[in-house]
Formats: sequence, structure tokens, C-alpha cells
Amino acid sequence: MEWEYSPAPESRAIADIKDRYLPFIDGTFKEGSGEDRDTINPGTGDKLSTVSTVDSADIDRAVKAARQAYGIWSSMTGTERGKYLFRIARSIAERSRELAVVETLDNGKPIKETRDFDVPAAAQHFFYHAGWADKLQHLGLGPAPQPLGVAGQVIPWNFPLLMAAWKIAPALAAGNTVVIKPAETTPLSILVLAEIIADADLPPGVVNIVTGAGDVGSALVNHPGIDKVAFTGSTAVGRRIQRELAGTGRKITLELGGKGANIIFEDAAQDQAVEGIINGIFFNQGQVCCAGSRLLVQESIAEEFVDRLKQRIETLRVGDPMDKNTDVGAINSEAQLGRITALMDAGIAEGAELWSSSCPLPKNGYYLSPSIFTNATPSMRIAREEIFGPVLTTMTFRTPDEAVMKANNSPYGLSAGVWTEKGSRAMGMAAALRSGVIWDNTFNRFDPTASFGGYKESGFGREGGPSGLAAYLNTDDEAVMAPAEASPLDARGARKNARGRAARARAATPLDPRGAPKNTRERAQ
Amino acid sequence: MSHLAVSKTYKLFIGGAFPRSESGRTYQASDNKGNFMANAALASRKDLRDAVVAARKGYAAWSKATAYNRGQVIYRIAEMLEGRRTEFADLIMISTGVSTQIATAEVDAAIDRLVHYAGWTDKLSAVLGSANPVSSPYFSYSAPEATGVVGILAPMGSPLLGLVSVLAPVIAGGNACVVIAAEQDPCVAIALAEVVATSDVPAGVINILTGRVTELAPHLAAHADVNALDLTGADTELRKSLEEAAAQTVKRVYIPRGMPDFAAAPGTARLRAFLEIKTVWHPTGALSLSGGTSY
Repeated sequence: MEWEYSPAPESRAIADIKDRYLPFIDGTFKEGSGEDRDTINPGTGDKLSTVSTVDSADIDRAVKAARQAYGIWSSMTGTERGKYLFRIARSIAERSRELAVVETLDNGKPIKETRDFDVPAAAQHFFYHAGWADKLQHLGLGPAPQPLGVAGQVIPWNFPLLMAAWKIAPALAAGNTVVIKPAETTPLSILVLAEIIADADLPPGVVNIVTGAGDVGSALVNHPGIDKVAFTGSTAVGRRIQRELAGTGRKITLELGGKGANIIFEDAAQDQAVEGIINGIFFNQGQVCCAGSRLLVQESIAEEFVDRLKQRIETLRVGDPMDKNTDVGAINSEAQLGRITALMDAGIAEGAELWSSSCPLPKNGYYLSPSIFTNATPSMRIAREEIFGPVLTTMTFRTPDEAVMKANNSPYGLSAGVWTEKGSRAMGMAAALRSGVIWDNTFNRFDPTASFGGYKESGFGREGGPSGLAAYLNTDDEAVMAPAEASPLDARGARKNARGRAARARAATPLDPRGAPKNTRERAQ
Repeated sequence: MSHLAVSKTYKLFIGGAFPRSESGRTYQASDNKGNFMANAALASRKDLRDAVVAARKGYAAWSKATAYNRGQVIYRIAEMLEGRRTEFADLIMISTGVSTQIATAEVDAAIDRLVHYAGWTDKLSAVLGSANPVSSPYFSYSAPEATGVVGILAPMGSPLLGLVSVLAPVIAGGNACVVIAAEQDPCVAIALAEVVATSDVPAGVINILTGRVTELAPHLAAHADVNALDLTGADTELRKSLEEAAAQTVKRVYIPRGMPDFAAAPGTARLRAFLEIKTVWHPTGALSLSGGTSY
């Protein structure tokens, strides 16, 4: 039987897309001095709006504004800071449909996802962190954890509003001020968020939004006025940032790429597993750092299972992101579509078998049929590199040990999924997998209370939960000697001072508070 | 009757064994007056690579050990060190020129530091982890796990207490390590290796190399199978270049703000620096067995 769906498009009028968007610096929207950039609707390929971008003088201005606002913001009581964040959470909820439509138009992801996930999750992030602002002393990081200062934050295009919330909410709750740069292809939703922030009467300069491409991001994270850098994006750029910031002592959090393994045991509830795999790799067109992009199926069920998976993928509706029935929307940009297809070509060239859904694709815009590679081997590029698109690479395994070995055989370590009806196996696998997030019998679940972040080359630092807040606080509680006593630069100096140090070792056992006063003073600074 | 002293050959400590450097090289360690103290092994890049391989194996065993077991093993190191107090005090005296009293105090503080960390192993999850009240039908928890293989540049000027203070938090968290000993104090470091070797620490969990920091450290920082670095013993210039090398594989890097005061109470920064937080989600099912209101 043929099923036909009538189009069910969401109205774009509510987005009220303006002709021109401006950066938000020191509490006002002002023309930037960089070159204008067009932002494209990936669903149609048409121009959506024009965005004014910043130059280095604008970045200076933003960092200066954030520095000035830091004095006010960090000395405000936690209760007051929290109330501002609660206001933002409420306003996001109030303008949620508008934000969802803006996001879908600018990013290309289905309205179903922006409406039901991106926007509500962003509101929840502000709500969760608002509550921490006056409870930092309960984090277990000392009686009065101190903020770091001005945070420079760079976010990607795959979850523009949600990533803004992940970055801004914990930074502000901890008492920092921020200068944040959205991705050049998705600047709109964060600029609507800027309106919400302005409406919430946040002191000017607490949140500054600078628009532009990678050069702006690079200038921001390297700016001497920044105390903390948080970056979400590719491992290649993360590496570069870590290298550039070597020797600065600047606290960094990196949320980078992934090649998540989704492991299906023969005893798994197969229909549920199929749904989980679909969610794992086609959610947001697979443009998710923690996507379950490597499918590992136990050999005994592999053939039948992959057939089942293909049947289900055939039913996915690919097309207009604004249609409420759309399951898979548009790829964010032409450039990204090119990167995905280049890697797919590499997969074919290396001998893997490609299968793609026969769904019709719209004529205009950037679309790709959901695809599966079979007969892949762990050494192929499609099994090692992040494709960041709706392309699943499948491999098989025989024993749990082999599954663990194959899953962990990756420089990445962000996410993994385990599908089995056996509880002990699920927990055992969760312990053995070297990834920051493990989903048992589910995939791609997120919550502000549950910390998220990578092992290995997927980055370091966490977002969400208590450990996410620690990323925005001074958590360095190791006592250091006054500079006059010893310089770490000078071995002979250290040698000379061995006597003094040893004398203190005698005077103060580790638990003796006499060893501590000098250091307490340093921490308080 | 006079006894001609039998002097010790100081070698490397790799994978639970005491090999000489594969390069056959040695260097002279001197006491505080500049007199000859002993020949120490001058480790090579090959020795360092062997040590990383050993550490990866050690990590596999150590990370599987229970927290209770790890605590007992670290406590055992303290017991062994206690039994060799005099030997260590003598070594520190000769090497640094301090009085018996001061050297003994350093040994005692090092023993207490080990006891401190022995007690940490089974508290990390409770202190750094959480049960997450997610707003969907899942049980979610976050708990710390070891980062993996940690490269440590031991601090200068505090031959035993400094070494123990950087080593203990790393292994308490379940990591394995490759330590580059302070260049001028190889004897204390290798004597500590002998303590470790008799403390039920699985082979490869702690590996200690002696030699030139500037020669070995760049290879440690660039090694793709090293997950994290503790650069306490590196000077500012070296730190920068090592941090740059570490970025290639996104290593976690710990750098103290100054010369750590090892005599002070240790915080948790060194523990946290070499732990990853893992979040696990497990469905609780559509049918809630506990939340019903039907009774």
C-alpha cells in the first residue's frame, strides 16, 4: 500500500526574518566593521538574510565590554545572577516557536527537531544553570569557588541555539562574562537570543556576540583579554587552539569530533535497536559530534538486521525542513555536503558497499539520501574519520571482547551505544567502552543535569552537570610557594630551597593547617 | 674488620623490571657538594617508548582492579617506604645536603602523602560523580574514570616528597604513568622504584626513567599513546613546547601555577586533572514500577 503525506509546512512568518542582523556588543546591536555575509536557507539554497560581521577592533570592544561587565556580574549575589538566567529560560520558552522556525530556516534541520528538542533543551539549560548560581559552594570545589573572568567561546553550526545555551548558561551562572562567536552559516538564532538577553535587562557586556567566520573565532580565543576558552567543533581546529594557547595558562574546554560506536548484540530488542540506530545517525542529518556513526552488529544477526534497518530507512521522509512530517532535513551548507560526499567516495574507492534510501530529494537546497556502508573494515576512512552526515558505516563482531576492541579502536571517544536485553552485559560494556557518554538501549539523549564530553581526541572538559560548571570556575586548589621562595624555572633555586621546604615538611604534616594560610590567600585572589 | 661498601647500580624501572638503558649510556649523579654519588642510567627515546608500552599494559590491569584493591596497594607502598626510612633519609641528605632531621621529615611526609591517596581511591566516584535527575525515563549517572597513561615530569628540588606527590594522585585515579625523574636526583627516584616493585603494584603501572629531561620530554609529549601530561618538573620554556606537542593528540595537560608547596595539604586538582567523567544512560522503561499511584 502506498502512503501519501500531504505537505504540513510550518509557517515561516513567525520567524519574522529581518533583512539584516547585527552583532551584539556591550548591550547594543551595532554594525560590525567586518564584511557582510549572507546566510543561506539550506532547505532551499536561497539567501535568508545578511549578517554584519566584526573586525578585530570590534572584538577588542567586545572583550573590553565583557571585562568591564565582569566586575559587576561577578560581584553580584548568586541569587541575582540566577534570577537573570531564570528570566532568559522563561523568555526562550515564550518565544520558542519563533526560535524553532528561525533555527530550521537558518540551519536546515527539521522543524520537528528544533521545536521538540533544540529550543526546549536550550531553555532547560538556562533553567538548570540558573539554579546553580547561588549554590556554587555545594559543588565540592571549596567554600567559595571563584569565576575565571571573561570567557571566549566558539560554537558550531549543528545546534546553534543549544550550543549557545550550553556555553553561556554555565559561564554566567559561575560569574563569568562571555564573548561568543556563532558559526558563520548559522548566526541567526543566537542573535534572537541576544534580544531575549537584552529584554531580560542583563547588564551590558555580560554577553557579547561577535559574528564572522573562523578568523574571528581564532582572533577571539587568542585575544589577550580572555581568561577562559571554550570551543565546540572539529578536532582539527581544537588541536590548533590547544597549540596556539600553549604557554598562556588559559583554561580550555574542547568539545570535538567523534566516531561513536553503536553496538548491537544478538539478544537486543531489534525493533527498538533499529529505531535507536536511526536516531543515532540520522538525527540532525547525522551532523552530530556524538552520532552513532559506526554500527557494530553481532555476526549472527548481521544480515537480517541490516535488511531490517534498510527497510526502516526507506520509510524516512527526507525533504523540506519546515514540513512537520520531515524526518531528515537539509545538510547545513553546500560545503558540508561536499565534505560528506567526498568521504563517501573514499568509502566506495576503498571497497565498501554503499546503499542509499530511494527517497526522492527536493530539487533545490542541500540534501543527501540516508545511506549505509556495509563490508567496511576498521582501517577504512569511513570507519575512522568523522563523516558528519547521514551516513552509517557498518561492521560486525563475534564476541563482546571483539566489540569492545573495535569500538575503542578510534582516536575519538565521545559516545557509544549498547543494545542488549542483558543488564549485566550492558553495564559491563558501559564500563569497558572508552567514551564520555554511553547509551544503553537508547541513543542521543541529552540533559543539562548529565555531563557531556569526550575522552581522548574528542576533547576535554565537560558540559552540563556539576563537572560542566567546574569548567568555568577556578578549581586549582594546589598550594604553591611564593615566588621569592622558589622559581620553578631554576633548578638551582629549587635546590637551594630544598632546605626550607623540607623544614616545612617537618613543621606541617599534610593535614596541618599551618601549611595552608599563605596558599589560602593566593586562592582568594 | 673493615667492610668495603657494595655500591648500588641504579637502573631504569620499566614494566616492573630494572633494565639498563638500551643505549648503554649512563650519567653521573652528584651530591650537594658536587662529588660523585652514583652512575645513573641515561634513558633514551627507545627506553621511553618501551616505558609507554609497559604503561599501557599496566593501565589495563590497574584500571580493572577494584578501588579497594588500589587503595590497599598504595597503602602498601607507604608500608614499604616506612621500612626503608633511614635509607631514604640518607639518600636525601647526601643528595641535597640537608640535616638528618629535615631529610627524615621529608620521608615521613612522603609516607603520609601515600596514605592520604590510598584513602582516595574508593571515594572519587562519590565525590566527583553524580546520579543525574534527567527529565526523561532514564537512569543516568556520571562517574570518574582514569584518563589512561600519564607522562609525569617529576619536580626538581624535592627528591622524594615531590616525586610521591605527583605520582600518587595519578595512580590513585587508576592511571598508569611514565615518570621522568628529576635529573639531579636519580638515586632517590630509583630507590622509590624498588619500593614500588615490592608493593604489589602491577608491572607497568609505574615506570621511572632517569636521564635528560630535555631529551626525553619532547618524545613523551608527542607520543600518541600517552593521554595526559603533568609538567610540574618542566621550566616555562619547555612547558610551552611540550604543550604544543601535546595538542597534536589533544592530551590533558596539568601545569601548576607555580612551584607547588608539597608540604601543604594536597587539594584535589591533581586527582581531577587525570580523571574523565563518564555519563551512562539506561532506560527505566515506559512502565514505571515505582512511580505508580494505583495503590
